[in-house]
Amino acid sequence: MSLERSDVEKIAHLARLAVSEDELEAVTADLSNILHLVAQMETADTTGVEPMAHPLHMVQRVREDAVSETDQREKFQAIAPLTEEGLYLVPRVIE
Amino acid sequence: MHNKSIAELALGLRAGEFTSVELTRTHLDRIASHNPQLNCLISVCEETALQEAELADRRIRAGDAGQLLGIPIIHKDIFCTDGVKTSCGSKMLDNFIAPYDAHVVELLKQAGAVMLGKSNMDEFAMGSSNENSFYGPVHNPWQAGAVPGGSSGGSAAAVAARLCVAATGTDTGGSIRQPAAFCGITGLKPTYGRVSRYGMIAFASSLDQGGPMARSAEDAATLLQVMAGFDSRDSTSAEQPVPDYAATLNDDLNGLRIGVPKEYLGEGLETAIADSIQLALDEYVRLGAELVEISLPNTHLGVPTYYVVAPAECSSNLSRFDGVRYGYRCSEPRDLEDLYKRSRGEGFGAEVKRRIMIGTYALSAGYYDAYYLKAQKIRHLISDDFRAAFERVDVIMGPTAPSTAFGIGEKAADPVTMYLSDIYTIAVNLAGLPGMSIPVRPINGMPVGLQLIGNYFQEARLLNVAHQLQQATNWHTATPAGFE
Repeated sequence: MSLERSDVEKIAHLARLAVSEDELEAVTADLSNILHLVAQMETADTTGVEPMAHPLHMVQRVREDAVSETDQREKFQAIAPLTEEGLYLVPRVIE
Repeated sequence: MHNKSIAELALGLRAGEFTSVELTRTHLDRIASHNPQLNCLISVCEETALQEAELADRRIRAGDAGQLLGIPIIHKDIFCTDGVKTSCGSKMLDNFIAPYDAHVVELLKQAGAVMLGKSNMDEFAMGSSNENSFYGPVHNPWQAGAVPGGSSGGSAAAVAARLCVAATGTDTGGSIRQPAAFCGITGLKPTYGRVSRYGMIAFASSLDQGGPMARSAEDAATLLQVMAGFDSRDSTSAEQPVPDYAATLNDDLNGLRIGVPKEYLGEGLETAIADSIQLALDEYVRLGAELVEISLPNTHLGVPTYYVVAPAECSSNLSRFDGVRYGYRCSEPRDLEDLYKRSRGEGFGAEVKRRIMIGTYALSAGYYDAYYLKAQKIRHLISDDFRAAFERVDVIMGPTAPSTAFGIGEKAADPVTMYLSDIYTIAVNLAGLPGMSIPVRPINGMPVGLQLIGNYFQEARLLNVAHQLQQATNWHTATPAGFE
């Protein structure tokens, strides 16, 4: 499986990653090589095999619907890039 | 002092031969003299370490018997430490001061272990050489210019160089075992779910597992005793009792059936490594074990399968790094999309970006069945291989890695070549089994690791089997020149 530059541009957009023009060629080659490695999976016959999502066959635990966390907004926002009056600031979305 | 085992140190502390403050100072001095050359630490916590040591000394004087009380350790920089920078080896988190402790950190703190600092690692634990760190590569104490392995390379190098007594690591595809092998130390990846992932920065959630890195199986047992156990804050934490790991260390190995997979000793393995492994297996036969040839026929599918499962899960986990709530933010974003794209594009290194993109591709519309679903089915086949093997044997043994430590830069140009250095360790994560690496006969002065694989929750058995070899041989006591 070889990728085109346009494929990589699309993937990078889906992943919200800026990939510069200079990097694009090398990234396309690297990703194609990794997909060649991954293509070895095609040699395996998996007819009738159940997918395994998790090593231990366990079910999701549920907890009591009770408050377990305390409010630590100030502590958590102290490490944020930009906040104001308890809100996280990002560039204007709606003009 | 820095060559003693945890048990010896615990006795010395109680006999008043030395204090935890002195022990901590000794290690801080060693860090000051050797870290500039090795680069195995991202943060050194001198002030808080000495405070913790003083507190430990008071608890010791008050009669507290905890084995880890006052023992200096290092945490891999993937574990959140309240008030201390937790970078995960990434520019993305270079400014991140964790607001809480990981479960493992909390447990070791309660046990009175002293945290000397945080160790260098491949960015977000993605790598097998420690070259993918924002903070530069770590040098192997056995040979400057050689890699320590990865991703827990800083922890492995620090333990081997006696900069700490023991360290924590994490293992998603071999990240405890392979650096343990390259640096000549003992590393254990527990069964998936044995050690809580709470506060351990997520890479691939169905594979990630934390574990101890130490200079002997006995020391690793002491650490695991504290680290293991159920934690309600990790949704996949195992609700299984934790056995007394020290109690079974001295069980004899008479009648132990050791499975040796033919796929692990074939093509691609250096002959000298095969010889070192055979030498260790011969020693096990002398200790009363029996060797059984087994087959793990889907071994060759481990690496391809892993490079779908791990990137898919990482692409999802790492979507949280968006430049909004914490971590790196690009300067002067034009709009929200530009903020996301440039913060991530500038904050992540090349390997992390590759894996995010592979994962994004594998999970994108139209490709899910061919990649992720197919990989999950093969994961079942790989897991069944082990299940069948463990009906015939008690433990599986083979090499940890196909080579000894390679040179910095040697494999950096080609990601796929690098991926193949985890060929023997990856299947263990896919199956969720416990695995261990212990040092055996070195080659040209470079360490070689023997991998031990156990059945689910058989950590006590692995530690026992490793300890018995370490009682009969002294490969694990070898110290790199210049670090005696």
